[in-house]
Amino acid sequence: MPPYQLKAQIIRAETLAPDLYRLTFLAPDLAAEAKPGQFVMLRVGEGADPLLRRPFSIHQVTASGWVQVLIKVVGKGTRLLATLALGQTVDVVGPLGNRFSLHTSHHICLVGGGVGIAPLYFLARELQRSNPPAAVVPLLGARTAAELRPLADDFVALGLTPRLATDDGTLGHHGLVIAHLSELMATPAPWIVYCCGPYPMMRAVAKICREQGWACQVSLETMMACGLAACLGCAVPAADLAGPYKHVCKDGPVFGAEEVAWL
Amino acid sequence: MALNDLDLTCRIGSAVLQNPVLTASGTFGYGQEYESFVNLHRLGAVVVKGISLAPRRGNPPPRVVETACGMLNAIGLENVGVERFLAEKLPYLRGMRATVIVNILGDSVEEYAALAGRLDEVAGLAAIEVNISCPNVKKGGVAFGTDPEMAAAVTQAVKGATRLPVIVKLSPNVTDVALMARAVEDAGADAVSLINTLLGMAIDSRTRRPRLANVVGGLSGPAIKPIALRMVWQVAKAVKIPVIGIGGIATAEDALEFLIAGASAIEVGTANFVNPRACEEILAGIGAYLEANKMTSLRELVGSLAI
Ligand SMILES: Cc1cc2nc3c(=O)[nH]c(=O)nc-3n(C[C@H](O)[C@H](O)[C@H](O)COP(=O)(O)OP(=O)(O)OC[C@H]3O[C@@H](n4cnc5c(N)ncnc54)[C@H](O)[C@@H]3O)c2cc1C
Ligand SMILES: Cc1cc2nc3c(=O)[nH]c(=O)nc-3n(C[C@H](O)[C@H](O)[C@H](O)COP(=O)(O)O)c2cc1C
Ligand code: FES
Repeated sequence: MPPYQLKAQIIRAETLAPDLYRLTFLAPDLAAEAKPGQFVMLRVGEGADPLLRRPFSIHQVTASGWVQVLIKVVGKGTRLLATLALGQTVDVVGPLGNRFSLHTSHHICLVGGGVGIAPLYFLARELQRSNPPAAVVPLLGARTAAELRPLADDFVALGLTPRLATDDGTLGHHGLVIAHLSELMATPAPWIVYCCGPYPMMRAVAKICREQGWACQVSLETMMACGLAACLGCAVPAADLAGPYKHVCKDGPVFGAEEVAWL
Repeated sequence: MALNDLDLTCRIGSAVLQNPVLTASGTFGYGQEYESFVNLHRLGAVVVKGISLAPRRGNPPPRVVETACGMLNAIGLENVGVERFLAEKLPYLRGMRATVIVNILGDSVEEYAALAGRLDEVAGLAAIEVNISCPNVKKGGVAFGTDPEMAAAVTQAVKGATRLPVIVKLSPNVTDVALMARAVEDAGADAVSLINTLLGMAIDSRTRRPRLANVVGGLSGPAIKPIALRMVWQVAKAVKIPVIGIGGIATAEDALEFLIAGASAIEVGTANFVNPRACEEILAGIGAYLEANKMTSLRELVGSLAI
């Protein structure tokens, strides 16, 4: 019964850009259950420091039981995970959390920033595989071309045409990825927007969608101790600020943008 | 010798637990969260997340942060309240044939007593664990667990309201933990459990802000084990009632140290987050140790420290 816990064999360990890694491991039961939007908790080493598992979105799974995550190095846990090599194992718990809900009757826009692109690729693959909606438009941003190009290329390989943006202007629009959202506003179609990235980006996207009357789903990040709905550490304020907190590992990580407070 | 020839039972007041491995409150949800990893009926007991009379929202985020070999939490005792616990959470645990200990908290002596009275009406509970590391709102917010008289008053009120065995969970944020243990023993506690978390703090030097919204939080995990072990040893010498050891237990080896120091049982906390199977692995390890040392009963090990 999911979630599963296992020591998974590492099949591939790739450096995509400085401080950006892609880890592929073998976890057939987990892969079979995983849905776009869900995450895994990876243990960092065997010892007591770093102690807690770290959460990572599922980037893609294959029918052969492979599971892939993207890892951006931001601290000591991710730095250690980045040193994992072919033939070693990684202790994984998952799949965890809820999933993006699919509305294939709409035109679909995927807005991803940095490593937030990870779950959107899994979603894009699912969309293209089942009965593809009329339009799937990925809007992808990152700091610089070296980080964005390898991720964007995967969307191109799916037959999609991502619109790109980088902070330093080395690829695509020079500036924020949300600049591309305004191009969609010119089209009459009802869009549904799936978004994952830095908090300020998600807040801005949520605001535009509210103004346009578009449905919007966001994937949130918080500090997590367990990922299992046991510690209650992953609370985020709900849109009703007086009501109970939402818990990202159980109620999320995917939320309707109108469900949560944008502070 | 087969494992079932081993006597792993331990007694808490009138309750007999099948083995000494319990879950620590707040680290195991209401049990169901771990159903994929642990056979709940095999545990000594499932100690559930602390329950208050009314539901509590808890503290604003961030609520948790990792520190060296441990973590700080300031969950703020978020819980569903006693009525929803009884209606929505307890039936599952009963269905799984789990032994259930309910951890309770309050901000007045009266609230603790009312909770104990409510739980006394409920069938199938093994014991009540009283978290006294909570502020006494009527006494200016001083934690019950830091004042022997207030701790004794809570213990007495809870004992008076229920026939269930009462475990008082001690706070380590005191100068003399043995004094606190004796105070609650004299007030009628059937057992003590310790330690709750140690008050701590972490700061982000980049932003110069505290890492927890609540500024301070409770430290748990391997980092606190030596302190917990010392306190358990001191308390076990000071009282006659059973002592339940808690604090940084992640392996059978850790658990054995607490049992040798005088704990009759142990609770596994933060380790559940890291290794969701920790409880059952620890239980198996204790059994294997007893066998390897040709012991037939857990009681031969408890308090066997050679000095
Ligand atoms: C549901 C979810 C999915 C995620 N998916 C991915 C992903 O696909 N790829 C990826 O690279 N990262 C992802 N993250 C973020 C990743 O978990 C953190 O970057 C990681 O835990 C940091 O660990 P560390 O030890 O390197 O950092 P630390 O040394 O612990 O901290 C470094 C910095 O990272 C921040 N941080 C620490 N833990 C978290 C956390 N759980 N969430 C957000 N920020 C954190 C800290 O506040 C600090 O500023 C996800 C987080 C969540 C909650
Ligand atoms: C996230 C979290 C929540 C906790 N909630 C409670 C609680 O509700 N009631 C309680 O008595 N103790 C609570 N505790 C304390 C633990 O039960 C335990 O006493 C403490 O964490 C030390 O054990 P450990 O080092 O094994 O975690 C909590 C601890 C953590 C980490
Ligand atoms: S991370 Fe522990 S409850 Fe969500």
